[in-house]
Amino acid sequence: MAETLLTINELVKQYGDKVILNGMNLEVHRGEVIVVVGPSGCGKSTLLRCINALEPIQGGEIRLGDEKIVYGSKNLSSIRQHIGMVFQSYDLFPHLTVIDNILLAPTKVQKRNKAEATEEAMQLLDRVGLRDKAKSYPRELSGGQKQRVAIVRALIMHPEILLFDEVTAALDPEMVREVLDVIVGLAQENKTMIIVTHEMSFAKAVADRVIFLDEGHIVEESSPDVFFEHPETERAQQFLNTFEFTPVKHPAQN
Amino acid sequence: MPDLGLEVLFKGTNMLRLLGGLGVALKISLIAVAISIPLGILLGSLMTWKNPVARAILRLYLETVRIMPQLVLLFLVYFGTTRWFGWNLSGELASIIVFVFWGAAEMSDLVRGALISIPRHQYESAEVLGLNKVQTYVFVIIPQTVRRLIPLSINLITRMIKTTSLILMIGVIEAMKVGQQIIEANRMSSPNAAFGIYLAVFFLYFIACWPISLLAGYLERRWKN
Repeated sequence: MAETLLTINELVKQYGDKVILNGMNLEVHRGEVIVVVGPSGCGKSTLLRCINALEPIQGGEIRLGDEKIVYGSKNLSSIRQHIGMVFQSYDLFPHLTVIDNILLAPTKVQKRNKAEATEEAMQLLDRVGLRDKAKSYPRELSGGQKQRVAIVRALIMHPEILLFDEVTAALDPEMVREVLDVIVGLAQENKTMIIVTHEMSFAKAVADRVIFLDEGHIVEESSPDVFFEHPETERAQQFLNTFEFTPVKHPAQN
Repeated sequence: MPDLGLEVLFKGTNMLRLLGGLGVALKISLIAVAISIPLGILLGSLMTWKNPVARAILRLYLETVRIMPQLVLLFLVYFGTTRWFGWNLSGELASIIVFVFWGAAEMSDLVRGALISIPRHQYESAEVLGLNKVQTYVFVIIPQTVRRLIPLSINLITRMIKTTSLILMIGVIEAMKVGQQIIEANRMSSPNAAFGIYLAVFFLYFIACWPISLLAGYLERRWKN
């Protein structure tokens, strides 16, 4: 098995008295795609936010390689360059063009040469089919286009791991596909990713491992085939059933 | 056409005197603007801090300014300081003090509003990309705040210019006062001069404020996102 990239050890996260994550353990190996599913409020997004130290944690530890990720610590900026994150909300900077959104971090944080970074940005935009939008402002883009730019903005930092927090949840159905296709492409390139999503058929297609989270625990952890076809726990079965509908108007003939 | 007594405008140096009055009004309001905008930015930023004492004090200040008519503030500063401290402030200085006191409060509220209207995920997206606090403010938050703020603060400038029409009450010879003097002086020869003179004053204020107002509208459209 490939080396362990991200280690989560006995992670505890509370908001006041409310326990969101209760002693969670997870190891993510290089090149692995982990899909996190679970009912809303189960702590999926909180998990990603803790990994990126957007939230203080109340117990346990999170390590990227050998480096401990500590909320508010001084070296956070350098660790975060290794962790790419895309949110559910359209989080592009509205006052900057697409290309400037993408170039902000490479030129200001990584101090890369602007011409070189621009060239890479254009290649990445080309890949997601948005080369001609480089000079557009975010307001001129559709939701799906914005999310693809947000992915490019994360990719140009050459992160070791990518976190996707329900990136298609706010999109119109016909725009979901164009965004997910980009992520599928990344999976084919063996990028390490943790993906929180409600798109079950997508989860099945890209995941190496599916993690089912409920009430702050990992309730079930298995390969996508096992999880979606024969979930081991009743809770997971219940959850998956919420995505199924039985025809009521035209029942099957038999 | 009714007799508006417009001929009074062209008597002697009346036109120039009116313009001079407007100049006084503009001078006072622009000095006040120049001081109250940076002060307001500072106070507005403080208002978004978590410190409860600072917030309570600033809140009290803002509410006081809001409920006090500007005329009362002018009287308090102009006559009050003489009575209580024996100061002999000139009308112009008292006006500038009141306008700064008022303008800084209004401006701080605009700044506070603009700052809190930047969604949290803007800060987080910047952080997640590895930008530090200073970089986040310089490249992401302040440019967006300024775009929201400039049209609003330009409107504040026009309001300040218009409100200078009150300062004749503490003896400042500005456009309104000059107008009254001209009307008084010509009461016998042109009894209708009040119409023409106030009309002229109206146009003077209009000419001063309209371009500023247009600029605000233009910037607002340009930066709409």
